[in-house]
Amino acid sequence: MTALALPTRKDEAYRYADLDALGRVWADLAQAREIVVPAGEAHSHVLLAANEAVEVHRARLVIQPGASLDLFALNGAAEYGRIEMDVEVREGARFTLNAANIAGGKATQEIVTHVRHTEPNGTSNQTVRSVLGGTATGSYLGKVAVARQAQKVDGEQSVKAMLLDRGATANCKPELEIYADDVKCAHGATVGELDPTQLFYAMSRGLPPAEAKALLLEGFVLQLWDDAPEDRRDELVEASRALLRRVAA
Amino acid sequence: MLEINNLHATVAGKPILNGLSLTVPAGEVHAIMGPNGAGKSTLSYVLGGRPGYEVTGGTVTFIGEDLLAQEPHERAAAGLFLGFQYPVEIPGVSSMQFIRESLNAQRRARGQADLSGAEFIRLARAEAAELGMDVDMLKRPVNVGFSGGEKKRAEMVQMGIMRPRFAVLDETDSGLDIDALRVVGAEINRIMRGPDRAALLITHYQRLLDYVQPDRVHVLAAGRIVRSGGPELALELEREGYAEVA
Repeated sequence: MTALALPTRKDEAYRYADLDALGRVWADLAQAREIVVPAGEAHSHVLLAANEAVEVHRARLVIQPGASLDLFALNGAAEYGRIEMDVEVREGARFTLNAANIAGGKATQEIVTHVRHTEPNGTSNQTVRSVLGGTATGSYLGKVAVARQAQKVDGEQSVKAMLLDRGATANCKPELEIYADDVKCAHGATVGELDPTQLFYAMSRGLPPAEAKALLLEGFVLQLWDDAPEDRRDELVEASRALLRRVAA
Repeated sequence: MLEINNLHATVAGKPILNGLSLTVPAGEVHAIMGPNGAGKSTLSYVLGGRPGYEVTGGTVTFIGEDLLAQEPHERAAAGLFLGFQYPVEIPGVSSMQFIRESLNAQRRARGQADLSGAEFIRLARAEAAELGMDVDMLKRPVNVGFSGGEKKRAEMVQMGIMRPRFAVLDETDSGLDIDALRVVGAEINRIMRGPDRAALLITHYQRLLDYVQPDRVHVLAAGRIVRSGGPELALELEREGYAEVA
């Protein structure tokens, strides 16, 4: 393994990174994990990154023709969390990412994706929800590239962030790079706050403010895990709940 | 049970309630009627404690306590229920979870134990059945995709499950067809009639009062009660219009 230099902010994919935290783990960082989904197979993966103060996960994914991969990722590291993936979607293959950043305090969390449609008829769907409190920063940098021969590709990115405090920051950057002429690519990004009317409604029913907030945030985030593999869904839900209750308190 | 004395309130700096006084004793149902802009919804939000509705004078006593000193969730735990004119949608949160967590938060505040999942489902099923509502409706996200009438019925299910001491129902009749109106009226009677309970119905029209006979009717205009009377006052208003009466 060759030692690479620590990235700088000039590198677009690291523009919002916590480089101090990254520097501490950089030397020991594992190689990007390689996952190949064989042709015609349907795989699901869960990535629960909420145990260590600093968590950096990198993956190179190849989804072979006719295969599908559903990835469920929860980014909840207390200090710095980075989930980065390069995904190749081949002919008629499907990639789905459902991911959340849940950050409070001074944490920095980011989800960085590069989805490459190299062949025709592929589909990619990315849904990312961020809940950010304190002075935390949550980012989604998502590039979808469609090669010239990759006709009839359908790529979708839905990115929403919820800011709980004035000092919190959300960066949403969906990006398209399309060389084919017959494709369908859509992206939407919103940054908002909790709706005061919903909050009052919940409080008028008896929920104290922090519990009311946490419940609304669950509504915002937990739908991501509806289609997660059954044996891991509860774990994702419970981990999300615990993180949300912490940032809403 | 509820005593409002010389209440003044502003919204965005504009005076809306201007010396409103009203007493609703336990065991009674009162109706407040009044033209648009009289302050009816403002009164319900002030009683519920909604942020942005600022009380600038007067007192409200609820079961012997200073209501205005309490946070909205404390008012709920004390037994106040606010039926919303436009019940709020909460995507991603099932009604079941919403009502159960709310009810258990109230119970904890009163020093009672949480209801278990099984106890809660039994209760929810029974209350939904009273309204002819399939309990599966409550597995859907709170009020999402409900018609106006379904939302009002869902409010009644919440009220039935929570069994408040006092209900402020803000235009619960709006958006209801005749059949739904009858069902909702019967629910208000079933849930809120009793020696230890009371209700305040806020409405534009007489028609809800055909099903829920009020003990007293008050006319609200320009932020004050300008007339009070028995149920016949509602009929008079319907006949003569607010301009004549108030």
